[in-house]
Amino acid sequence: MHTTAQKLNGSEIFFECLRREKVDTIFGYPGGALLKVYETLYDVTDIKHILVRHEQGATHMAEGYARATGKPGVVLVTSGPGATNTVTGITNAYMDSSPMVIFTGQVPSSLIGNDAFQEADIVGITRPITKHNFLVKDVRDLATTIRKAFFLATNGRPGPVLVDMPKDILNATCEFIWPDSVDIRGFKPTITCHANQIEKAAKKIAAAKRPLLYIGGGVISSNASKELTLLAKALNIPVTMTLQGLGAFPASEPLNMGMLGMHGTYWANQAVNKCDLLIAVGARFDDRVTGKVDTFAPQAYKIHNDIDPTNVDKNIKVDLPVVGDSKDFLSQLIKALPEKSENHDTWLAEIDVWKKQCPLTFTVENDSLKTEFVISTVSEETEGNAVVVTDVGQHQMWTSQYYHFNNPRSIITSGGLGTMGYGLPAAIGAAFGIQDRPVVLFCGDGGFMMNIQELVTAVHYKVPIKIFLLNNSFLGMVRQWQELFHQEKYSFTDLDDSNPDFLKVVEAFGCKSMRAENPAQAEAAIKEALAYNEGPVFVEFRVIKKDMVFPMVPAGGSISDMLLERLNPKTMV
Amino acid sequence: MKHLISVLVENKFGTLNRVASMFSARGFNLQSISIGETEDPEISRMTIVTRGDDQIVSQVLKQLNRLIDTIKVTDLTHQPHVERELLLMTLKLSKATQHEIFELINVFKGKVVDIKQKSITIEVIGSPDKINTTIDIFRPYGIRELARSGAVAIHRGE
Ligand SMILES: Cc1ncc(C[n+]2csc(CCOP(=O)(O)OP(=O)(O)O)c2C)c(N)n1
Ligand SMILES: [Mg+2]
Repeated sequence: MHTTAQKLNGSEIFFECLRREKVDTIFGYPGGALLKVYETLYDVTDIKHILVRHEQGATHMAEGYARATGKPGVVLVTSGPGATNTVTGITNAYMDSSPMVIFTGQVPSSLIGNDAFQEADIVGITRPITKHNFLVKDVRDLATTIRKAFFLATNGRPGPVLVDMPKDILNATCEFIWPDSVDIRGFKPTITCHANQIEKAAKKIAAAKRPLLYIGGGVISSNASKELTLLAKALNIPVTMTLQGLGAFPASEPLNMGMLGMHGTYWANQAVNKCDLLIAVGARFDDRVTGKVDTFAPQAYKIHNDIDPTNVDKNIKVDLPVVGDSKDFLSQLIKALPEKSENHDTWLAEIDVWKKQCPLTFTVENDSLKTEFVISTVSEETEGNAVVVTDVGQHQMWTSQYYHFNNPRSIITSGGLGTMGYGLPAAIGAAFGIQDRPVVLFCGDGGFMMNIQELVTAVHYKVPIKIFLLNNSFLGMVRQWQELFHQEKYSFTDLDDSNPDFLKVVEAFGCKSMRAENPAQAEAAIKEALAYNEGPVFVEFRVIKKDMVFPMVPAGGSISDMLLERLNPKTMV
Repeated sequence: MKHLISVLVENKFGTLNRVASMFSARGFNLQSISIGETEDPEISRMTIVTRGDDQIVSQVLKQLNRLIDTIKVTDLTHQPHVERELLLMTLKLSKATQHEIFELINVFKGKVVDIKQKSITIEVIGSPDKINTTIDIFRPYGIRELARSGAVAIHRGE
């Protein structure tokens, strides 16, 4: 135990704990319950506090920071409305397993339960959307609680942890004691995979004729890309990834199959359909991946590695569960593999045929612009090495198809919750963590408006993000479903009459801005934006209105039955 | 089928809520839940009765384990265990029925805890099945009020 004889108040203890946890950046917004904390912060020089413009923005920034760096994102907000504004961001982080610690101010202990001014039962509200949460009842528990919160957020399956700090606790004083270690008897995640299971998995892999690696975000969060690449290449096994898994295996490798699932590639879904061995690593058989579960990988023996035992046999019954960290799983497997295994050339050739049958393509016309073109161009210009953040909608799915991710921690997107408004703040957060690669945001015209206030934050801190707005004047993804499944009743999705003049809006925020309406302008604008590093830069791409994301598995359909193109081409006008 | 699950949890505020809200959030059946301190004041024991097929019950057990405040989760269903429930029940009392009521209380090894001119309060302890039967048998005499504790259970000793 580390003790300083000197007494500190709760606010000082708070910052001392952040230092011990090596926190360099926090995203916050002040208020009554946090006055003492902000008083202390006034003289803190070694921790950077980023003032956001809405607490939801703070949570997405912290998550963007966490996903880009692998370090926990930290949020600081006041009680009541400050706390309730974090709910969407916390849920988002929970669904996508991002490590985050959220600190909320609370009314003084003596007033809790009295409907005091700016009181909200945030511990009660966030119980189902946090990995765990705490209400601090005594200043002497503050340091231990913070230590536990960081420990829980970052160990096992990562997730958000909330610490609620009443105002009187932040004022009270006590000796600062930093516990050397944490022991939470109810939290003992299995990290090391069972050797027997590994041995069985290795045998199956060696014998498989048509194996397929199905890779999820767990491989990214356990930093296991190197191991994955080694394994896949050693055995010539094709790799398909989920939205959150993209980048775990380099797109430049011939074994890369791109994404699977609802808007996955035709060949990846065909491969799932025909494989005799499916090796799921750090993935959870989400319904956007499996489609109809009874017809998912019907011929395959299924191996499933995940650090969270509840993910095993939740959506799909597997043949060989292997609970443990994905990095451990992959490294143990590499060691356990026999010298000789099947040659998969026939299998790869089969996949190649599917790839040639239905490649991902789009047409380019001189006088109109498509989102696919913009994303492809950015992918080429950045050589697949940018950190790419998206919002939610069609542009998000096109990003998964046309940006060729060559590195892990490079796609930052709201997968589980599908939160519009996530992109802009997440990009800002990512850029606070990553300086050696460009941070690019692809955003829709609908979602951009949902957290546009954070443009102030980007401008104020000169955050060099590239904001690429794909303006199709529609809530495009909803429009797509309306066209396909709801008799073309475009109910409340046409934004043409109501969207603002985005250039004027962005200029008013003090952000550099450009517009592109055709491929030539788009290319020039992308180059200029990528070369600009003085602060944020915004490009509005006026893209065609009625473009559709294909291929597509209709919700609840089998992934073997993909829609490959528009049902009714005349709606294209 | 019915499962009887024993869970050791941290004796902290909010723990019961965490468990109960996990059941409702995931749509699991929750027939009864009871909680009380153990020999260690920092630890409470919860007894949960739930229904579901093997796949669902296995998810219930894993989701319980996943909560940070749970220390140990045991499915007692197929292990030697003792299961008991307490029933408190107030019945209408009249000259005509009192004799039969007293006899039945004996049959069920119940106890009279209070008696008034027109009512009688009894306690019965037993397995939830026995409690169900007790209630059925007494129903015709007129039940004023009843309270059940929910099952509590432990492993049988070696
Ligand atoms: C907060 C929130 N509200 C509603 C939705 C439902 N939704 C999903 S995609 C979408 C349309 C997004 O439109 P836009 O941002 O313009 O992107 P596009 O699909 O046109 O690329 C909507 C409304 C959502 N995902 N999140
Ligand atoms: Mg749009």
